[in-house]
Amino acid sequence: MTEQTIDRRKFLKLTGFSGAALTLGFYFPAQGKAKLAEAPLYNFYADIPSGVELNAFIIIEKTGRITLINPRPDMGQGSFQAVPSLLAEELEVNLDQVNIVQSDGNKKFGSQLSGGSSSVRTSWLPLRKAGAAAREMLVRAAANRWKVAEADCYANQGKVFEKKSGKSLGYGELVEEASKLEAPKDPKLKLPKDYKLLGKALPRQDIPAKVDGKTIFGLDVKLPGMLYASIERSPVIHGKVLKVDDTKAKQVKGVKQVLLSERPMPHKTTHGVAVIADSYYAALQGRKALTITWDNSEFDKISTEAYFTNLRELAKTEGVLFKEKGKVEDGLNAAVKKLEAQYETPFMAHAPMEPENAVASVKGDTCEIWAPVQAPDWAVDQVAKYLNIKPENVKIHVTFLGGGFGRKAYYDYLLEAVNLSKQIQAPVKLLWTREDDTAQGPFRPGMLSAMRGGLDKEGKVVAFEHKAVGASIQQQVFKAPMAGKADEWVMECIGPEESPYAFASAKYSYVLAETEIPIVWWRSVYCSTSAFGQECFVDELAHAAGKDPMDFRLAMFANAPRFKNVLQLLAEKTDYKTKLPAGKARGIAIVKSFGSICAHAVTVTKQNGKLTIEKVVSVIDCGQHVNPDNVKAQTEGNIVMGLTAAIKDGITFENGQAKQSNFNTYRVLRIHEMPAVDIHIVQNTEEPGGVGEPGLPPIAPALANAVFNLTGKRIRKLPFNLDEV
Amino acid sequence: MANFTLTINGEQHQVDVDPQMPLLWVIRDFVGLTGTKFGCGIAQCGACTVHLDGNATRSCVLPVSAVADKQITTIEGLSTEKSHPLQKAWIEHQVPQCGYCQSGQLMSAAALLKQKPKPTDADIDTAMQGNICRCGTYVRIRKAIHSAANLMSDATPTNKTGKP
Repeated sequence: MTEQTIDRRKFLKLTGFSGAALTLGFYFPAQGKAKLAEAPLYNFYADIPSGVELNAFIIIEKTGRITLINPRPDMGQGSFQAVPSLLAEELEVNLDQVNIVQSDGNKKFGSQLSGGSSSVRTSWLPLRKAGAAAREMLVRAAANRWKVAEADCYANQGKVFEKKSGKSLGYGELVEEASKLEAPKDPKLKLPKDYKLLGKALPRQDIPAKVDGKTIFGLDVKLPGMLYASIERSPVIHGKVLKVDDTKAKQVKGVKQVLLSERPMPHKTTHGVAVIADSYYAALQGRKALTITWDNSEFDKISTEAYFTNLRELAKTEGVLFKEKGKVEDGLNAAVKKLEAQYETPFMAHAPMEPENAVASVKGDTCEIWAPVQAPDWAVDQVAKYLNIKPENVKIHVTFLGGGFGRKAYYDYLLEAVNLSKQIQAPVKLLWTREDDTAQGPFRPGMLSAMRGGLDKEGKVVAFEHKAVGASIQQQVFKAPMAGKADEWVMECIGPEESPYAFASAKYSYVLAETEIPIVWWRSVYCSTSAFGQECFVDELAHAAGKDPMDFRLAMFANAPRFKNVLQLLAEKTDYKTKLPAGKARGIAIVKSFGSICAHAVTVTKQNGKLTIEKVVSVIDCGQHVNPDNVKAQTEGNIVMGLTAAIKDGITFENGQAKQSNFNTYRVLRIHEMPAVDIHIVQNTEEPGGVGEPGLPPIAPALANAVFNLTGKRIRKLPFNLDEV
Repeated sequence: MANFTLTINGEQHQVDVDPQMPLLWVIRDFVGLTGTKFGCGIAQCGACTVHLDGNATRSCVLPVSAVADKQITTIEGLSTEKSHPLQKAWIEHQVPQCGYCQSGQLMSAAALLKQKPKPTDADIDTAMQGNICRCGTYVRIRKAIHSAANLMSDATPTNKTGKP
């Protein structure tokens, strides 16, 4: 996000619909915006006018109505509240006083990615400054009107007050004058002690419309004249269409056309067969009636077993060095006890509850899209490039997302819909089935962690090595050259800064593996894979040293006070010193990712030979944060998604085909398997860290460490079956 | 194609559709009530849950021809103005994250409370395990169901102990 820049010459902007709305150096709302006041959530993806101003986050109309722009799509993580809260806090308004509208991909909003747990972190200063600048201008306008000093005025609840007399003017009454004033370059930000919204567990504005079915997701968009599409893609990933017999499909009532579709992925473009119909059900029935001959000859050898066999071979090779402290080989040579272990994590599908979908309408050299996307700005660029039209001719309406987890920042489904609309010259809604979503990817890449460690006679770690082996998202999705490079995304949470154990020597390296299986980020990205090896192996070393895993870690965090504090709090909250009764055991893990430190303690229990996950106690240090209740909600969600990935199903390919297809074969954690959770947030004034992902990486290793403590069995490959331990 | 008269949320709707079309797509694409969601198409996730004569039913696998004489209730008909105790509890406990599965969660929970006004955790496990939430709101769903059950029993006159 770029810093707020306010051009005072462009302040005065009158809107068409009332002739009264102004923007504080930002932009003005279009006609039809008036509807927002009635039901903002219906219109979450409502029109935002383009091409007027830069950095357009605050709109104030003469009527007093205030609209804040949320540039970070909400996929459940709470950005709809969190990001506008930054503006509102400094603007001195409550969120229930304002409309919140999602940005539309226009460059003037800066980065619009929901990903990398970055929404609040990267908006923390720029959007607070934007709010504060607007507030200062409104206060100045009031002071000028009253002919008093600015210092004698203050803003509160959408009004400016004069201190002495208590008289007030609403922002709507001041906005025209305010907009003619010079914007302060360095507005004064509020002190944390004066926050009314930030750091408070306030209810989320999006939630009421999520309890009565009113929220509009991509799936719910309907346009006049819109047709429906379902696409049959080769069950063997990337297989080519050789021959299509669509006779029966065309006999299905409601089927309009059968077309070749195109799926542009970053590393490969593949084709399928699309059935276009006047209802989604007819499109599905038509799809089932297709007879397609595929040429799978290039791809029917794709196998995850072969991929992992290759990883095990590659693990024997010298990786590309990421970071080294001291000389690990010397440390190992001097060690009295040496350990070596390999950990594996599978490919995973994201399986958001709302499958991929998009409504696209291509007309001449323009394109309009309604869809759940995690990064509208990227989507605009990709669609423009694909259609070879100007980005300003692409209009995207971002709906609420029924889950994303990284999947909806990958735009194959969007481009498929765009391609079909262009072919049929009509608006079309493309909806992937759950089977499409599960089997077609992109996936979290399968990874291997090759670990080596050495202990001296006092049980201190004299050598620690983590070699990460697997496919590179940077290489496949972003075409980044990886030869001779240690992919820093892969290494994100395992280097000496993010995992600051006081090892006497340590080495972190990467071995690149190739795959044609489509890959992309999956909630917490590589931290969800590498943390498993890292934190389980630290545990292995603790046991080999004959030390308690908590004490062992604490001793190595002497110079990492925030890590130490998190663990000490975890020990306190779990009553760690008190021995658990027979049949129960606890395991811990701590990981820093996306700017926040999170530790979990998992309690497992065995009764009548059956292993269950009884409880998870968590401590998260995410620095300053917007909504502590949402920090807890995100951590709860991370626990569920991380446990699912640990004990349910990975994605496996055999003969080029995914063996999982729907929630019956790609199972997820359900309510009866949900452990009790108890989440604690560290209160401090550190820089804001991420919240949407950091709770995920430590859950699998904490669980595996608990299983070891209970059963003596070391889990080194995920997923594992609780019933088989 | 065939004509059906469906009673949804107390209102009658005429539709002319394939008798095999699952109720889900009739509700969404023909009647225009989009609160009921598509999640899996094989009755594994519960996102499409509606009530048929008060019982929680997966609408994604139920042919429209099987429901013509039944009372259908969707999330839009659960209450007016979010006044169902479960909806109040869902807001109180800030249950939804992405919200996509929550219509189905609420419909399953409402059917449960109708049968068991004071459900135990085991009752909740049984009634709710057909509803998946990928955001992981299970802990809050459980709390909110208990909370709604309490709201409902507090509202029952026999439980009022205070003096007039």
